[in-house]
Amino acid sequence: MAGLDFKAPVTREREDADVVAHNTRMGVILLTVYVVFYGGFMAFSAFWPAAMANAPLGGPNVAVLYGFGLIVLALVLALVYMKVCRKSGQGNAA
Amino acid sequence: MIHEASLLSVLVFLVFAGAVVGLSFYLGSRAKSASGYFAAGGGIHWAVNGVAFAGDYLSAASFLGICGMIAFYGYDGFLYSIGYLAGWIVALFVIAEPLKRLGRYTFADALDNQFNSRGIKLAAAISTLVVSCFYLIPQMVGAGALVQPLLGFPHYVGVILVGCIVTLIVMTAGMVSTTWVQFIKGSLLVVLCAIMTVLILLRGVNTNPRETSEKAGAVLQRSVSVASVVEAAGVTVLPEDAGWAGKPYVRVRNTGTGVVTIWRKDADGLLSETQTITVLPGGAKLANGLPQGRGAGQDDLTPVGYASKLPGGVAKTGPLGPVAFISTLQESEVILWGNEKIAGADGSSTTIYFQKPTHGSDFMTPGSSPTFRKVRSSKPSDKLDFLSLMLALFCGTASLPHILIRYYTVKDQISARKSTVVGIAAIGFFYVLTLFLGLGAMTSGTLDVTDSNMAAPLLARSFNELLFAMISAVAFTTVLGTVSGLIMAASGAVAHDLMTNFLKIKLDEFQKVRAAKIAALCVGVVAMGLGIAFSRMNVNFLVGWAFNIAASANLPSLVMLLFWKRTTKEGITASIFVGMISSLGWILLSAQAFKDVYGLDPESALVPFSQPAIVTIPLGFLVLVLVSLMTRRGAPAPAQA
Repeated sequence: MAGLDFKAPVTREREDADVVAHNTRMGVILLTVYVVFYGGFMAFSAFWPAAMANAPLGGPNVAVLYGFGLIVLALVLALVYMKVCRKSGQGNAA
Repeated sequence: MIHEASLLSVLVFLVFAGAVVGLSFYLGSRAKSASGYFAAGGGIHWAVNGVAFAGDYLSAASFLGICGMIAFYGYDGFLYSIGYLAGWIVALFVIAEPLKRLGRYTFADALDNQFNSRGIKLAAAISTLVVSCFYLIPQMVGAGALVQPLLGFPHYVGVILVGCIVTLIVMTAGMVSTTWVQFIKGSLLVVLCAIMTVLILLRGVNTNPRETSEKAGAVLQRSVSVASVVEAAGVTVLPEDAGWAGKPYVRVRNTGTGVVTIWRKDADGLLSETQTITVLPGGAKLANGLPQGRGAGQDDLTPVGYASKLPGGVAKTGPLGPVAFISTLQESEVILWGNEKIAGADGSSTTIYFQKPTHGSDFMTPGSSPTFRKVRSSKPSDKLDFLSLMLALFCGTASLPHILIRYYTVKDQISARKSTVVGIAAIGFFYVLTLFLGLGAMTSGTLDVTDSNMAAPLLARSFNELLFAMISAVAFTTVLGTVSGLIMAASGAVAHDLMTNFLKIKLDEFQKVRAAKIAALCVGVVAMGLGIAFSRMNVNFLVGWAFNIAASANLPSLVMLLFWKRTTKEGITASIFVGMISSLGWILLSAQAFKDVYGLDPESALVPFSQPAIVTIPLGFLVLVLVSLMTRRGAPAPAQA
């Protein structure tokens, strides 16, 4: 139960301004990608709810596919973020 | 509906609750410092913290509220799943690492890192308390809903029971025990819900749920001719007096027993069976015209929820795959339920629960529930409520104090990032399951028509009593995990932000922890009172309000602090206060509050829609920018994060 070692002192992290700026930029770009898809979902649901009943692939309708798609996209973007983020002091992917 | 306790359920429940409290006492004996109490010493492993994120976040609203909303109305409940998960993207990409970099115990630390402003400390502490209290209400309401079918206690007993246990947990050990309670609960919740989803798919859909579950209710009558009801031997048709005038109901009294039966006139001119609860002037309750109870000469409401028509005209589908399950329900007709309250001439009040045969093409698209009905309106202004709620869910997650403090339990920014990704994976998987759980409950035949919050536990009961006991126990720990996180955040705000940093009261480590524990006790008592007062509201809707307040009060200052160099301490303070007060005020003046909280006519509400985020989040940003520009002179420029 290493996680229970709550009396261990918390060391101050070494911070590299370039790495912080890079990670912040990546975060904003990926957030923008997600906002586009999420905004599209909000717009479709609000202004064309009837279109959400269509089943383009013959199975689940657009509402279900888009909803599941947003959940999967969140995980995919999170993994991409993990990959592209850099670590202070190394300048490469974490 | 009256729920009977089972010995097995009670035993499993007691084992769970005992184990959780025991773990809490054990960990409590090890945490003595303020760092250990508030932030687990920053020593929690990122994977544990990630699952604890899920345990913290998957609250009563997610498990009980979303499942209940999907079970009662369909796809609209899933909109909450999508919004709740999407909010984690903001937390990961914008908030996680800077917050870990700038803060120590509470999110006020991060906001105030570069200013040392008492105003920010006060504003952030009050905001934390308000958001935590609002978020606590649905958790407590959910706790009461759980205990009713589990132990057979009244709702308020469940609220008090959970309140006492969780307050004890937080008072004994702080963030360490809270983290492990959340870790255990998060793991169990996801695993058990996955198992239940498999069972739902194996069972398929049936037009007669009694064939698949002995707990299911009977299929109620529909398409009955008026003549066969009103001309039956031994009945008298009652007049349409008082509140019954003009209503689509036929009331017949059995001249032998005196029992009144109520039928609803459908659009096709035929009648369908209803269920009724009548409260007599003296307070006694009748169920379907007889005294409510399970004994001789008594009656109770029947469990509901089944498909009335399946694709191809079959009576049952047999086992289905996940895609086929959803496709089948899209092409089926399911009996959903509406309700209407009518005052009688004798001073009685009757709530009628009536059948609403609804096609899947309707309930599997947005707008089928009362909450989101207006998205189907042709007026653009009617869409604002929906858009505002979805915005609040997206922006609210990264602004919730009890989520933000979890970033201080890991050692560094990379761990904060990794734990968020683990959290997104666990939470995302759970939210995918909610659609299957909700639709499974919709067709399980075991729904309590009076309370949507009980759908998930009653779905488990439709399979067997052991699964019901386990799901109820896990749901109970769900409430425990979230409530303990909220009380932790609130107690930290009082002891660390208000007493130590704002009021400058000199407290040593021991005194600080003791002050936090006293604060936890006070917050716990307040939460119990609010949970009893709001007992009839859907927990999901209540959480939506908490997200609105959190996003309006906290997000503008967090984002602008990180991305706008000219942000000043006055701008942050003003933004938090304006965002919090405007969103809270808007909610209290909304039609939903008028109807569900004050019991007033919703038409007399003072604001045009119920969800304020679409107005109050931009207002928070605007206030921050304007005040920062006005107070810029002489203020030290904070470094960009």
